Amino acid sequence: MSHEFLQVLWFILIAVLWVGFYFLEGFDFGVGMLLPFLGKKDEERRAIINAIGATWDGNEVWLLTAGGATFAAFPQWYATMFSGFYLALFLLLVALIIRGISFEYRSKDANPAWRTLFDWMIAVGSFLAALLLGVAFANLAEGVPINAKMMYTGNLFTLLNPYGLIGGLTTVSIFLLHGANFLGLKLDGELRERVNGFAKKIYFAAVVLSLILLVTTYIFTDIYAHLGFNPGIIPVVGLIALLVSGYFINRKQEGWAFILVAVNIVFTLVTFFMIMFPRVMISSIDPSYSLTIYNASSSAYTLSVMSIIALVFVPIVLIYQGWTYYMFRKRITAKKETLVY
Amino acid sequence: MDPLTLSRWQFALTTVYHFLFVPLTLGLGWFVAFMQTRYYQTKDETFHKMAKFWGKLFLINFAIGVVTGIVQEFQFGMNWSEYSRFVGDIFGAPLAIEALLAFFMESTFLGIWIFGEGKVPEKVHLAAIWLAAIGSNLSALWILLANGWMQHPVGYVIDPTTGRPMLNDFFALATNPKGWLFFGHTVVAGLAMASFVILGVSAYHIAHKSNVDFFKRSFQIAAIVGLVAAVLVVIDGDAQGKYTYQTQPMKMASIEALWNTEQPASFSILTIGDLSGKKEVWALTVPDVTSLLACNNLSCAVQGVNDIQAQYTQQYGPADYVPLMVFVYWGFRFMVLVGFLMALLAILFLIAMRGDIAKAKWMKWVPWVIVLPYIATTSGWLVTEMGRQPWIVQGLLKVQDAVSPNLTTVDLLISLIGYVLVYGALASADFYLMKKYALLGPDAAMTESVDAAPSVVGGQD
Repeated sequence: MSHEFLQVLWFILIAVLWVGFYFLEGFDFGVGMLLPFLGKKDEERRAIINAIGATWDGNEVWLLTAGGATFAAFPQWYATMFSGFYLALFLLLVALIIRGISFEYRSKDANPAWRTLFDWMIAVGSFLAALLLGVAFANLAEGVPINAKMMYTGNLFTLLNPYGLIGGLTTVSIFLLHGANFLGLKLDGELRERVNGFAKKIYFAAVVLSLILLVTTYIFTDIYAHLGFNPGIIPVVGLIALLVSGYFINRKQEGWAFILVAVNIVFTLVTFFMIMFPRVMISSIDPSYSLTIYNASSSAYTLSVMSIIALVFVPIVLIYQGWTYYMFRKRITAKKETLVY
Repeated sequence: MDPLTLSRWQFALTTVYHFLFVPLTLGLGWFVAFMQTRYYQTKDETFHKMAKFWGKLFLINFAIGVVTGIVQEFQFGMNWSEYSRFVGDIFGAPLAIEALLAFFMESTFLGIWIFGEGKVPEKVHLAAIWLAAIGSNLSALWILLANGWMQHPVGYVIDPTTGRPMLNDFFALATNPKGWLFFGHTVVAGLAMASFVILGVSAYHIAHKSNVDFFKRSFQIAAIVGLVAAVLVVIDGDAQGKYTYQTQPMKMASIEALWNTEQPASFSILTIGDLSGKKEVWALTVPDVTSLLACNNLSCAVQGVNDIQAQYTQQYGPADYVPLMVFVYWGFRFMVLVGFLMALLAILFLIAMRGDIAKAKWMKWVPWVIVLPYIATTSGWLVTEMGRQPWIVQGLLKVQDAVSPNLTTVDLLISLIGYVLVYGALASADFYLMKKYALLGPDAAMTESVDAAPSVVGGQD
C-alpha cells in the first residue's frame, strides 16, 4: 500500500473514531446536561443516569482512541493541536473528570447535598465538554493561526470567536436533543412523557442553531472554494434528517427521531472533515503553513502496522459494544426497588 | 518559574497521582474476579459477599484512575509537543493500541459487571469481571511498552532528513525486554498492593470483632497472595536491575551512588551526599554486592557516575548527565526496604494464622500496613523516571528540548493550580468513600447501601 493511500485511510479512520464518539458520547453528554432539569426525585435522577450507566465509559474511550490514533498516525497534528488548544483542552479534561467521577460517586452517599453537588457536576461537565468540542471543530474548519513551524500562535480567546461559539452552541443543542431522544427510548412512565416535552422545545433551538451554523460556515470557512456552493449530498441529508426528526418527535416516535438526529450528527461531522481534507490543521496565517495528511503523518511502515491492528480490532470492539446495548435494551423504571445504584 | 519547570512539575504530579490509584485497580480486579469465580463454583455466600465488598472498594478506586488517565494521554501533546513530534512515529502506536485493545475492553465489561448482576446470565457476569481485570492489566502492558521505549529505545532508525527516530521493527517495540520487565514488576506490585489493602481493612474488622469470619478468610487469601506477589516483585526487580546495568548505566550508578567505576563494585548501604546531591561526603559500603546485583557475579566492573558523565560528554556533547541522585538513591532504598518488609510481614501473618488472629492484640496496628505498598510503588516510579533524567528518551532527546514552545507561564500556572485543586478534591472524595465503605463492612455492600449512613460498624475498643 502506498504512503498516500495509508494517509487518506488514516484520515478516514480518525474521522470514523470522532464520528463514533459524537454519536455515542453525544447522547451521554445530552443525558448529563438534562439530568438535574429532568429528574425531580432522587430515583428519577438515578434512572436517568442508569440509562447510560453501563455504557458511558466505553463511549468515552472513543475519544481516547481518537486521541491515540491521531498521535500514532499524524503526530504533527496531535502535537500542534494539543499544545495549541492547551487551555481549551485543559478545560475539557476538567469537564470530563468532574463528570466521570460523579457517575460513580453520586449515589455512594445518602446526603442530599452530596448528591445534588455531583448531579450538577455531571450537568456542568457534560455541557462544558460538548461546548468545547463544538468550538474546537468549528475552529479546525475555520482555520487557526499556525506559523511556518507548525506552531499555534493564538490563545484561548482566539478560539472563542463568533464562529467557534456558534459551533459550540449548536453542538450543545444537538447533543441535548440526541440525549432526549435516547432517554425517550430508555425510560418509561411519567419520565418518558417529560423527556418528550423537553425534546420538542430543544428541537427548535437545535434547528435554528443548525441553520445559523450552515450560513456562517459559508462565511467563515472555505467550504465554498473547497466543496462548491452545492456541498454534495452528505451535509444536505444531514440537515434534512434534522428537520424531519421534528415530525417524529411530535408523534413521540423516539426510535425514528433518534435515528434521524444521529444521521444529522454523523453527517454534519463528516462534512467538517470534508471541509478540512486533506488538511488537518488549517493555517489562517498562510495556507502553505497548513498541516496536511501528507506533512503531518507517520511513516508508511507505522501506518501499515497500525492499519492491520485497527482493521482487526475495531470490528471486535464494535461487536461487543453493540452487544452491550442489546443486553441492556430494557426500559428503566424510576423505582427504588428495581434500580441498580 | 519557566514553562519547562512548571511542565515538569505538572507531569510529575499528575503521573504520581494517577499511579496512586492504578496499581490497586490492577491487583484488586484479580481478587474480585477470583472471589466471584469461587462463588460461582461453590455457591458459598461468603464468596459472594467478598466479591461485592471488595468490588465496591475496587470501583471507588477505579473511577479516579480512569478520569486521571485521560489527562495522561492528552498531556504528551499538550505540554510536550516537541517530544510528540520527535517520537510520534513510534510512541503513538502503543498508546493507540492501549486504547483500542485495553481501554474499550476494561470499560465496556466493567459496565456490564456493575449493572449486569441479575440482568445478564451469571456466566456472562462472571466473564465480565475477568475481562475487565484482563483489560486493565493489558492497558498497563501497552503503556509500559511505551515507557520502556523511552528508557531503552528499540526497533527504529534515525531519519537522515529530520533526525527523528522512525519505527522499522514493531515486533522489537512490542517485545522490548524493558517494557515487559516493567509490566511484570507492575502487575505483581499491583497484586501486592491489593493484598495489603485487603490485609489492612480485614485486620481493622477482625480487631473490632465485626464479621470476623468473613474478614479472616479475606485476610488469609490476601496474606498468601501478598507473599507470592512480594517475592515475585523482588525477583522481577532484580532482573530489572541487571537489565538497567546494561541499558541505562547512569541510572544504575545513581541508584548505587557509585561515583567511580569499580571492579568488583561495592554496594552502598548508606551514602551521605553534599547539598547538591552530587558529591559523596561519607559512605558505608559492602564489597562486591553491586556487581552481584548488576551482573550476577561478584567480580564484574560497574561503571561509576563520573566515568559515564565523561563518556556521555564525549558522545552527546557537554551537559550534565547525572540525575538528581538524592531522589534516585533514596527512592530505590525506600522501595526495596518496604518491599522486603512486605514480604516479611506476609510471612508473619501466615504464621500467625496458625493460631487465632482474632485474639491477637497487635491486630489493631495492622491497618497501617496499607501505606506500605503506596510508598514502594511511588518511590519505584520516582527511581525509574528520575533516573532517566536529563533524557526524555534515553540517548535521543533531552527533557529540556521536549516541552511545547508555545506555552506561557500563565498557561502553566492556570493548569497546574487547576489540577492541584481538582485532584485534591478527588482525593478527598475518594478517601472519604473508601474509608466509609471499608468500615461499613460486607452487609452494606450487599444491599448496595443506597441510604447507608456514613457510620462505623462494630464497636470501638
